[in-house]
Amino acid sequence: MRVFVKRANSYQEFEVPRQPSQTVLDVVTYIQRVLDPTLAYRFACRVGMCGSCAMMVNGVPRWTCRTHVDRVLEKEQFTVAPLRNLPVIRDLVVDMREFFDKWARAKGEFRGRQTRQDDFAAVSPRSENRKLADAGIECIGCGVCYAACDVVKWNADYLGPAALNRAWTLINDVRDSEPLERLRAVSGDAGCHACHSHVSCTERCPKHLSPTAAIAGLKREASKAVLRGEL
Amino acid sequence: MNYRAESLLWLLQRASAAVLAFCVVVHLITIIYAVQGGLTATEILARTRGSVGWFAFYSLFVLAVTVHAPIGLRPVLDEWLGWRGRSRDLILLAFSGFLAWAGMSAVVAIFR
Repeated sequence: MRVFVKRANSYQEFEVPRQPSQTVLDVVTYIQRVLDPTLAYRFACRVGMCGSCAMMVNGVPRWTCRTHVDRVLEKEQFTVAPLRNLPVIRDLVVDMREFFDKWARAKGEFRGRQTRQDDFAAVSPRSENRKLADAGIECIGCGVCYAACDVVKWNADYLGPAALNRAWTLINDVRDSEPLERLRAVSGDAGCHACHSHVSCTERCPKHLSPTAAIAGLKREASKAVLRGEL
Repeated sequence: MNYRAESLLWLLQRASAAVLAFCVVVHLITIIYAVQGGLTATEILARTRGSVGWFAFYSLFVLAVTVHAPIGLRPVLDEWLGWRGRSRDLILLAFSGFLAWAGMSAVVAIFR
């Protein structure tokens, strides 16, 4: 098969042998180890746990380790490119700093009320808030949703689906001490209100999470806070 | 633009959309009725002139448009042209005023 790998501003063509159960990451690894050792790419776990091997495959953001070649091969060829919406460091490696800085800007760190002297907080997994938090808690920060999002492309300040999803899980965490500060951080034209509900993030999330639902939740909570005069 | 104002604008956008959904349906039904019934312009004006009901309905329609359209254009100008900040919002405020003037001129014309 022919594989087109984006390097700088053009695509380089490679001829790669087909193997049974071959993943796109296998293909990229083959190119780097056998055909061109200068190819830069990023991976770690190879089994869909770390999220570091995300790339654009045929223009769609995917975990390459969990994408079989069978699923993306069209006329015996496919393309691989670095994740969209992030600056490229080299070849298939992108700079994730802005992506994670936005998590910090969305107040994505947990701030509890209790000290280490206090007892464990008892949180029922069946409570409504906990169910909402659990729905988005499995995000591993791979950046696939961020690359899929058109609003990120159009509005460079937009916090993006992953950071907003993170904020939503914390707002629903009853142990959290800063729900209003977090709502303020994620409201506005760089926050949840900028989302057009294209649902690309939810469509592409490899963990089958719904950042779209999280963002809708943030809009709802921000509206309630505004009407209560709290925001 | 701060988070409070943005949240309020978002609420106003949704609320005006709900009003527009109702107004557009009534407006379309009215058009179809008038056309199919073969009403002339004179007959239509005979029904609208002095009618407080039609005046109130179309005034509400115009109000919803003046709120909805400029708020919707804000992200369009931002995302397509990179135009943000005070100058954009002032122009949109002026656009809102134009919509109100144009819309209410038409409403007053069929009422008087």
